[in-house]
Order: sequence, then structure tokens, then C-alpha cells
Amino acid sequence: MGINRREFIRIAGLSTLIGLGGKSAWEILAPGEVDAAIAEKPQALKATRWAMVIDMRKVDEQVAARCAQACHLVHNVPDLSHPMEAKDALPPEVAARQQLKWLWTEQFYNAFPGDEQEHLAEEVKAKPFMVLCNHCQNPPCVRVCPTKATFQREDGIVMMDMHRCIGCRFCMAGCPFSARSFNWRDPRPYIKDENKDYPTREIGVVEKCLFCVERLAVGLMPACVEASQGAMAFGDLNDPKSQVREWLRANFAIRRKPYLGTNPQVYYIV
Amino acid sequence: MAEEYKNEFGVFGERPKVEKKLYDAKYVIPGLIIFLILVTLPLWPNLGKTVPVPQPSLATPAIEKMKDKKCVEALEFMRTNHMRLLIDWRDGVVRTDEKGATQGGREYVATDGKRYTASLSNTCLECHSNKTQFCDQCHNYVAVVPNCWGCHIIKEQQVAQGGAK
Repeated sequence: MGINRREFIRIAGLSTLIGLGGKSAWEILAPGEVDAAIAEKPQALKATRWAMVIDMRKVDEQVAARCAQACHLVHNVPDLSHPMEAKDALPPEVAARQQLKWLWTEQFYNAFPGDEQEHLAEEVKAKPFMVLCNHCQNPPCVRVCPTKATFQREDGIVMMDMHRCIGCRFCMAGCPFSARSFNWRDPRPYIKDENKDYPTREIGVVEKCLFCVERLAVGLMPACVEASQGAMAFGDLNDPKSQVREWLRANFAIRRKPYLGTNPQVYYIV
Repeated sequence: MAEEYKNEFGVFGERPKVEKKLYDAKYVIPGLIIFLILVTLPLWPNLGKTVPVPQPSLATPAIEKMKDKKCVEALEFMRTNHMRLLIDWRDGVVRTDEKGATQGGREYVATDGKRYTASLSNTCLECHSNKTQFCDQCHNYVAVVPNCWGCHIIKEQQVAQGGAK
């Protein structure tokens, strides 16, 4: 007998491995040719800790609506209650539940639970508080993301990589500010004016405010800050001369749910 | 003496006498033939046909206006490595390194020193504004379906015959 069963299986296995893996392993391990650089744009805005201050004394319904609209327009955020074609219409309760939002408004009691006062100033009670992702220093969403699709940049921005998001929604459960929305359906039929320079999202990914990283990279301020016409300040919290620090020095500001320890970086002057 | 029947578990006395023939040949052989036909069925319609080699079109207004018709890198490099280049661009724009610093940036410095904005929709498709005539030609030919277009917007005057993914 020339060959026993065990030996035969061993040889067959080895030759399969070499046959299947050898060529591709060679191709993968062979040195590549990509030899060019990716660089920062010279006009990019840089900071060590981006933060936002919202001066609620200057914010009313119109300002808030203008900011939200500017943001949603630039980033192709769909409006589920206004589809482009009648066949995509959703029942109002579904549209409200699944609405995607990067920047929206809340009443004081909802935006600042735990900070309620028994007798709150009428003016504050009625204010539409603009809320968005707080870009926490200690972001729970980043900690729970299993694919590192959401991560914290050196400049403090809690960034999302839609290419990696698997739609598990752990981050939505982790975020105490409900700043994240899930794409329950294809958003394209609900985007009236597409900004062709910015991608949309797909069904099955989570999205949120990114502090306009794409605008900072080309030297522009975030869209909401521009649209607010002076009601919002954006800048480097670690730079004592920045506008955010100046505003925070001169005014008393509060943050949403600071007691949770996430260290949110959006401040509200009330 | 009859041959001992032996395997790794022990000795089992006489080897059983089994007639060496194909049982149920009248079922087995037609069955095998039918199986072979079924397995090769997808090949029959294409027998003898040749699929034309894709001809990605460069006829877009932006490219025709260019004096020196050159992509961000050399043609041969782009042909084989455009997907790697795009992934590098993506990582440079979106991701950060372990420390959290942005990995690169939004500008691609080509090997000839020219600078380009690293963007699929805003740089590639600015010249190649004919996705169905350019990208899809080869992608369909080799049956790859890149999932770029679920999010990235196709800047293309919709060509009538479009429809490919």
C-alpha cells in the first residue's frame, strides 16, 4: 500500500491551501505601488477642542428654524413628512417617529432634565432650545460602537464613518441626548433639494451632526453658525482668545445633562 | 485461507464477498447525465458567443475641454489601482489614526505634484460625468457592484439607457 488515508488527507489539504492561498497571498504581500501623499488643505480650520456656544437670548423660532434648515439642506437630511412623490408618503406618526434630525429644537424641560426649576422664567420656558450632537469629551456612543464607525478625532469632533456603520444602533442607545437618527428607509425620496457635493445616507445607517467637518476642512464655519447670524459661536475651547471662550467668560452658560459625565461641548447662554 | 478483513479498529475475520458491479445502473447513469446537464445549463446559452470588451467612454465636456487629457495619475495606474486610490482618499478624508489625528486630509498630492480635492463626487465625477458610459462599462463587464452610489450622488445628466447599478 503506497499511501494511507491520513497521509492522503494531509497532502490534499496542503495542496488545496497552496493552490487557493498561494497566489492571492503573494499578490497581497507583494509591495504596492501607491506612492503619493494625502494632505490637509491649507485653508482648513484647526483646533484642539472644537466647541459651540448658543446664545439663547438671540434665538427665537425663526432663528432656530433657519439654522436647522441650513444644516439639513447642506447635509441632505431627509424630511420624511414631505416626500417628493406621493407614493412615498408615510403615515404622519411614522414620519414623526422616524424623522432624521441633526439639529432641532426642544423645550427647556426636555432639553435640560434635572435642571428644572419650580418657577422658571417665562421667557426661558417658551424658548426653542436648539439641540444637536454635543460632541462629548467622553462620548458613550464611541465606546459602544462595535465597528469604530463612530470615533473621536483629536480636535474633539465625534466623527462618523458611514462606510463602516452596520446599523446596530448601539450608539443610539448609548447617547443620552438622542442626537442620533437611524435610516429606517432609503432617504433619497425625501430629499427635496439635494446638495450634490455632499453624500446622502443609505438605508440602515445611523447619522448625526458632525460639526460640519467637511466645511471646517475647507475653511468654513458650520452651516448653522453661519445661518444663525451671531446667535451661535464656534471655536477652539482650548484657545483663551477664541470667541467661544470670550462668550463663556462673559456669560453664565449651561450644558445638557452634565451630571452624566459625558462632558458635552455645546454650551447654552440662557 | 480467506483474506483477513482488517481496518484500524481491528480484525474482522473474512472480507465480505461483494460483487463488483454498478447497481441500479439504469437509474444512476441517466441521473448522472441529467445532473451534468443541469450543472452546465448556465453555460449553454453563452456557448460560442463573445462578449464585447468594454469601451469606457471619455466623451464628456470636461474631458474634451482639457488640453492634456490626463487623470490624477497615469492611465495604467488608474486602470489597475483606482479602487485603492479611492479607499486611500476615503481614509484620508474620514478616518483618523490611532491618536485621533486626521489621517491625511482632503487634498491629494499626485505623483506629478498636482493637487486635487479627494472626493469621488466632486473630483472624479466632475470630469467623468458619464457614469453609465464610463464606470459601469467595466464594472458590469466584470460583474462587480461597488456600493458607492447608495450614498454618493451621481452627477450625471440621466442617460436614457441608464439603469445599471
